[in-house]
Amino acid sequence: MLRYFLKRLLSLALSLVAASIVIFLALEVVPGDPAAYMLGLNAQEDTLNALREQLGLNGTVLERYLSWAGGLLTGDFGISYTYRTPVSEMIGDRMWVSLPLALYALTLSTLIAFPAGIWAASRRGSYVDAGVMGVTQLGVAIPNFWFAMLMVLIFAINLRWFSAGGFAGWDAGFWAGMKSLTLPAIALALPQASILTRVMRSSLLDTLNEDFIRTARAKGLNKAQAMWRHALRNALIPVLTIMGLQFSFLLAGAIIIENVFFLPGLGRLVFQAISARDLIVVESVVMLLVFAVIVVNFAVDLAYALVDPRLRGRR
Amino acid sequence: MRLRKFGSGLISVLALAASIGMAHAKSDIIVAMQLEPPHLDPTSAAAGAIDSVLYSNVFEGLTRFGPDGSVNPGLAESWTISEDGKTYTFNLRPGVMFHDGTEMTAEDVKFSLERARADDSANAQKALFAGIENVEVVDPQTVKVTLSAPNGSFLFNMAWGDAVIVAPESIENIKSNPVGTGAFKFSNWVQGDRIELEKNADYWGEPTKLDKATFKFISDPTAAFAAVMAEDVNAFVGFPAPENLPQFEADPRFQVLVGSTEGETILSTNNKLPPLDNLNVRKAIAHAIDRQAIIDGAMFGYGTPIGTHFAPHNPDYVDLTANSKYDPELSKKLLTEAGHPDGFTTTLKLPPPSYARRGGEIIAAQLRAVGIETEITNLEWAQWLEQVFKGKDYGLTIVSHTEPMDIGIYARPDYYFQYDSPEFQKLFTDLTAENDPEKRSELLKKAQEMISNDYVNGYLFQLAFPTVANAKIKGLWENQPTQATDLTGVYWED
Repeated sequence: MLRYFLKRLLSLALSLVAASIVIFLALEVVPGDPAAYMLGLNAQEDTLNALREQLGLNGTVLERYLSWAGGLLTGDFGISYTYRTPVSEMIGDRMWVSLPLALYALTLSTLIAFPAGIWAASRRGSYVDAGVMGVTQLGVAIPNFWFAMLMVLIFAINLRWFSAGGFAGWDAGFWAGMKSLTLPAIALALPQASILTRVMRSSLLDTLNEDFIRTARAKGLNKAQAMWRHALRNALIPVLTIMGLQFSFLLAGAIIIENVFFLPGLGRLVFQAISARDLIVVESVVMLLVFAVIVVNFAVDLAYALVDPRLRGRR
Repeated sequence: MRLRKFGSGLISVLALAASIGMAHAKSDIIVAMQLEPPHLDPTSAAAGAIDSVLYSNVFEGLTRFGPDGSVNPGLAESWTISEDGKTYTFNLRPGVMFHDGTEMTAEDVKFSLERARADDSANAQKALFAGIENVEVVDPQTVKVTLSAPNGSFLFNMAWGDAVIVAPESIENIKSNPVGTGAFKFSNWVQGDRIELEKNADYWGEPTKLDKATFKFISDPTAAFAAVMAEDVNAFVGFPAPENLPQFEADPRFQVLVGSTEGETILSTNNKLPPLDNLNVRKAIAHAIDRQAIIDGAMFGYGTPIGTHFAPHNPDYVDLTANSKYDPELSKKLLTEAGHPDGFTTTLKLPPPSYARRGGEIIAAQLRAVGIETEITNLEWAQWLEQVFKGKDYGLTIVSHTEPMDIGIYARPDYYFQYDSPEFQKLFTDLTAENDPEKRSELLKKAQEMISNDYVNGYLFQLAFPTVANAKIKGLWENQPTQATDLTGVYWED
């Protein structure tokens, strides 16, 4: 057990090191000088050099990698080239937008997908099933930024229920914060909910065809009882896998939605940092996301074990 | 059904929260702009967004720009210039306090100027300070600046955002906590979202009518439109979607100001790259361009045609558009004379702004009509700086040069145009040394004519600066003599 755990930990560490090297080298190849970007068209060569020196850009590739990676180990993410503030602080601030947004969207998507998927599966072949399948098809097909703009037009510009974007900040109160995240969360949740509904439905249908369901029915349970007591639990494994993937995606992939709603989240930070060649910020955020994906996957593994006792034994 | 009930309950709770949050007094303002400053030190970055937030609101220089581009007294109340034009004695305003409570004295002026021209200075406009030989503190209220040679634009240079007065006590944290002498003081920055300023009660000049000003940063044009329409912001300076302006003009809730800028938008040309090194080829390109079609097509009609590298609102401007009027036939004839009867192929590298991307497509079509083929490459700014600006690896590109009075770049043979004209360089040296306003005006006109006749670049249009604001806001700057959003005179009507 401990041996297994240590082995997993080692492989986790190795994948992080590998990721850090790949990320660093990939950005090293990208053309563009952060100092030139900051100083603009009238800058003189000696000024550029002075700034490069201040930013620590004049070292060799190996020196810069080691100082960055070494810093990561001690929790020091370095200083942003353009903002000149500690990267860890910037990421921390943005996390307070991106993390709640991802959780909010995931909650919405789960709240929609579970009932809808179960409903469709329990009425297989009916109009309900066809309706749910049709709507989810649409949900997958509609680009979420387009849907976002549509919602802004209706709820912000015409009805004035929400502001068109921006983040009120948690200082303004929990509800104010949640309110500014509501439209973005819905926009993010819609395609995710559609996918999740379809996965839920098909997984449940597969399980309903299993022998143990027939046995359950044979011992006298009606269809609904068999579904709630036996089928649902067994159908959850693929659903959890998808949810894990979706969470990582929501954390990292909200760039477009964050731009549409001008939210100060991680996605927008990376976007700005890439165009300003603030490489140290890009590297650190990407590294953090890699870390988050690995941790989420680990958490999903644990959740499997909770749902399926047989997997607990296998560890 | 239950879900629907829950949904409507949630919405009414949220609507309630909205109505509480919406009430606001008329002494605060939310101003939106597209770009967020990378940091808050105007003296160590080129980013115009820093000045757009802080210039004259938080930081002030010895002199300052007025809304019409004139140079007015700032922290220096008055000044005298010595007979030989080399010594400037500035009399500072008494009782000016920095926001941290320390007094602004001649020592601070000396510190600011010395810092900007030091060897390890990161000032993006270091050339502004190059002529300073010595800065001497005469007494706490008087500072004497000695130049190595007379410089007719010295007072103008000192009005730039890059020349504002900073204090040694607060310099270390200036990038995140700017301490200036202006009518507003910095209060908060939520990175990625907004910067908040508040009224400086101890201001030396006329106090502002606003108690609080918030700058919000909205980069996406569609989001910008939505934010103004939903009245989330009170004003949007430099509104990025010109196609939506007529809609705001028709709406009584809003006012639309279309001002001029210092941004000469030009088809920059690599003057050393064959066949563009041939004067007739550059002349042919100039005559192949239909400026109005570009202004209409790329900028929805907003922009003033220019025929040289100079702002049309400047009193010394000469209208030279006739020098390169749209004439495709003449263009083809010139190409034949230059030995390219069938045209040629060159590169057209476009940075991200829409004037470049949209304008580039139109220019490519216009050049194709006279036989010049262009290979279009879209570049990010960082790539553009690397390849075009630094590497000079380009044939043509489109850029707006937004620095005020920057005709001097034509005197730099290593600049990315690679225009090397000893005649122009001499003219510019004379201009710099000249202090007499009349003679300066004459030389400036000559300079404009020279680059127009040499067809250094294709001169397209002066960038317009659209502002959309609530109809009740008064005192906003219409024009952009420098990048600034001077809120010191802004107030709400009634």
